[in-house]
Amino acid sequence: MITPTGTPRDATVLEARGVTKRFAGITALDNVDFTLHPGESLALMGENGAGKSTLIKVLTGVYQPDAGELHLGGTTTTFARPLDAQRSGISTIYQEVNLIPLLSVAQNIFLGREPRDRWGLIDFKQLNENARTLLDTYDIHVNVRRPLHRLALGMQQMVALARAVSIDARVVIMDEPTSSLEAREVETLFRVIGLLRAQGIAIVYVSHRMDEIYRVCDSVTVLRDGKSVHSGLLADLPRVELVSIMLGRSVEKTKRESLTAFGSARTSSQAPTLIATDLTRKHQISGISLEIRPGEVVGLGGLLGSGRSETLKALAGVMKVDNGHVRVGGRLVKNGSVSAAIRAGIVMLPEDRKAEGIIPNLSIRDNIVLAALPRLSVGGFTSRARQDAIVDVFMKRLRIKATSSSQLVSELSGGNQQKVMIARWLAMNPRVLLLDEPTRGIDVGAKAEVQALINELADEGLAIVMVSSEVEEVVEGSARVIVLRDGSVETELIGDEVTEHHLLSALVGEPITVTKELP
Amino acid sequence: MAYLQQYGVYIAIVLLLMYNAAFTSNFISVDNFRTQFIQMVPVLIVALGMALVIGTQGIDLSGGAVMALAAAVIPLYIGYGLIPAAAMAIFAGCLIGVANGAMIAFIGVQPIVATLALMVAGRGIALVVANEQLKSVTNPTILSLGRNSIVGVPYSVLVAVILVAVVALLVNRTTFGKQLVAVGGSRRAAELAGLPVKRILMTTYILAAALAAVAGIVATARLGASVPSTLGNLIELSAITAVVIGGTPLTGGKVKVVGTVAGALLLQLIAATLIKNNVPDAYSQITQAVIILIAVYIQRGKLAVR
Ligand SMILES: Nc1ncnc2c1ncn2[C@@H]1O[C@H](COP(=O)(O)OP(=O)(O)OP(=O)(O)O)[C@@H](O)[C@H]1O
Ligand SMILES: [Mg+2]
Repeated sequence: MITPTGTPRDATVLEARGVTKRFAGITALDNVDFTLHPGESLALMGENGAGKSTLIKVLTGVYQPDAGELHLGGTTTTFARPLDAQRSGISTIYQEVNLIPLLSVAQNIFLGREPRDRWGLIDFKQLNENARTLLDTYDIHVNVRRPLHRLALGMQQMVALARAVSIDARVVIMDEPTSSLEAREVETLFRVIGLLRAQGIAIVYVSHRMDEIYRVCDSVTVLRDGKSVHSGLLADLPRVELVSIMLGRSVEKTKRESLTAFGSARTSSQAPTLIATDLTRKHQISGISLEIRPGEVVGLGGLLGSGRSETLKALAGVMKVDNGHVRVGGRLVKNGSVSAAIRAGIVMLPEDRKAEGIIPNLSIRDNIVLAALPRLSVGGFTSRARQDAIVDVFMKRLRIKATSSSQLVSELSGGNQQKVMIARWLAMNPRVLLLDEPTRGIDVGAKAEVQALINELADEGLAIVMVSSEVEEVVEGSARVIVLRDGSVETELIGDEVTEHHLLSALVGEPITVTKELP
Repeated sequence: MAYLQQYGVYIAIVLLLMYNAAFTSNFISVDNFRTQFIQMVPVLIVALGMALVIGTQGIDLSGGAVMALAAAVIPLYIGYGLIPAAAMAIFAGCLIGVANGAMIAFIGVQPIVATLALMVAGRGIALVVANEQLKSVTNPTILSLGRNSIVGVPYSVLVAVILVAVVALLVNRTTFGKQLVAVGGSRRAAELAGLPVKRILMTTYILAAALAAVAGIVATARLGASVPSTLGNLIELSAITAVVIGGTPLTGGKVKVVGTVAGALLLQLIAATLIKNNVPDAYSQITQAVIILIAVYIQRGKLAVR
């Protein structure tokens, strides 16, 4: 058998045999076999918590396996630490961006490989120049001197990508690289992947987005509950079948439970729950006004830098506005105060789960009740019984996979952390729910659940605003889409206008004549 | 390794006791333990406050200065009795806590810088208040706090036990305690969850100062004199050591109260062991330094594993 690039099938570049990895109370990987051929582009699939990230960490020396072995180019090997793997030509973009926030873009890209001047000091001029050249090759436009933490999450991910490809790699591993990327950036990413493959570099790609998988990858390995349950070519595998393997359900059952679970989106005629008037903040947003009614799901569309996330932040009191105001149920909400917004019933699921959402050192329970804590306490003392009453409900309702509610949230898989965040806000009984990328990193099964949940909440009378970089999700989930461009409202799509076609053309600000092929 | 991180301090205490039982004469005796407990009280009380501050990912270098200020204030009000004098001493200490908290929470000064400033300024203020004088304290109530016992338990130790219980309750059972570690775990996330982060930080530094003031009162009672020039000098460092070897990471987000008690006890036992075996003071300081290094190394291991 021959791989797409023409190397014999039995030559492997990276292999895992019988790998097992246990954490306290859980077997994350159970006797897993994994094979990657030169030039292959392999999708690693599985539900949240199936063990994908753990497998990647074992393959790259972050974790040591409890059993089993790794082969690199046919010979047995061990990676004592990530650097060893990197030196052996395995380059990785981890699920959570792990660059150094205070260093500049250029420093991050060449960390540990900085060009030196004749005094042995870092040659910053050369460094910045190299970084710029590299980023230009991939059409990534950013000031290389800026500290990383000042960039949007998507841009940080692009920097991580640039770092990964700048290392002479034989294998590039990407754990959910697109979850924080913009449609346009995703295209850039795919172009980079194309270039890598042309050079015969093997790729391991983790994503919960089916479209991407089928576009980028030629083969697939599926993990379920820590076991490898399927390996094969993607071309032979219809989508439903893949999903049914992932979920461990029959194809018929998977077909019945349709893959996106948004019901029919409705508009509402009740008096608006939230009215924002003329929200303005210099260089960020200008003159944004909107109304959200109870039971309504409103999508906020726009490209990166259009002010979507900023608008949500202004509504949630996270960002102070220079001008304009927000009312909930007719009452004015104090400008720039998160706690005032929360008291008024506005809560926001932030975009950057790692930096702005979870508190890693606390348990699942403590994370869920964090915002609701004063309400669940008696005279300043916490009440375990009251907490558990809420925590248990949400852990079941959102199907959070964990050993118990006392487990550290940092030990959960990315998707389950996201569910913990959602639970934190639902526990507040909000009136207005602002969702920034609500299904980021969530697997197909859970995604349908979250979407169904959003519907359910809307039915219960919540006013919901949703930002998503997945056009499909915005279109299916919202009855109304407010499109932003350059920080102000460009247009609003209502009813029949809410289609992918309309949204895409509104996003770029010009009519699209050729409809994009969407599988 | 994980085991060592969690129980290392207790293992060390047991080993040290076993060593002393075998080789140091008169070590395992009620009298000696009473003395050891009395001696560790000030460090322990300062360490309790330090544990809270470190839990918020901060640090407080002004503990010794607060002790000195408390000591300086006592002679001024002791004429009204112990309670009013203690109240004024604690109040004065809290003012330093307010200064720390205000700089850190509202202005955004780094904790190490802010509290370093108060470490220097606080002792200066103490000396001004005391007119740079050493005063002996003769009030019998305060002296009895330093010297007498109730059913064999010295009053000062009793004070420490009560404070340990209160702080443990605060950390483990109150809303404030949970919020405090949340702020230490991720300040940004805590802010976005609507927690009153500034108020929490402010309160924490005030609590730490109040505790240090109590330590100053107890120490003054024991000395029978107000010695603002040297009281509590460098006690912050012992307190930090006790907190860290007790398993509270310097990176915040966690507070181990019982561990802190064990840490303070271990420091005390090491000092006593060295003294009782006639090891010069300089070596005992070097030993302390080595322990800090080991403790921090073990803690760092924990972060790397995560
Ligand atoms: N450090 C850890 N300590 C304890 N358990 C862990 C740790 N890391 C991962 N786990 C557990 O191992 C399992 C697999 O997690 P992993 O992160 O590999 O999932 P994943 O397939 O990447 O999921 P997702 O799609 O949500 O990112 C989960 O149940 C998770 O809770
Ligand atoms: Mg993962």
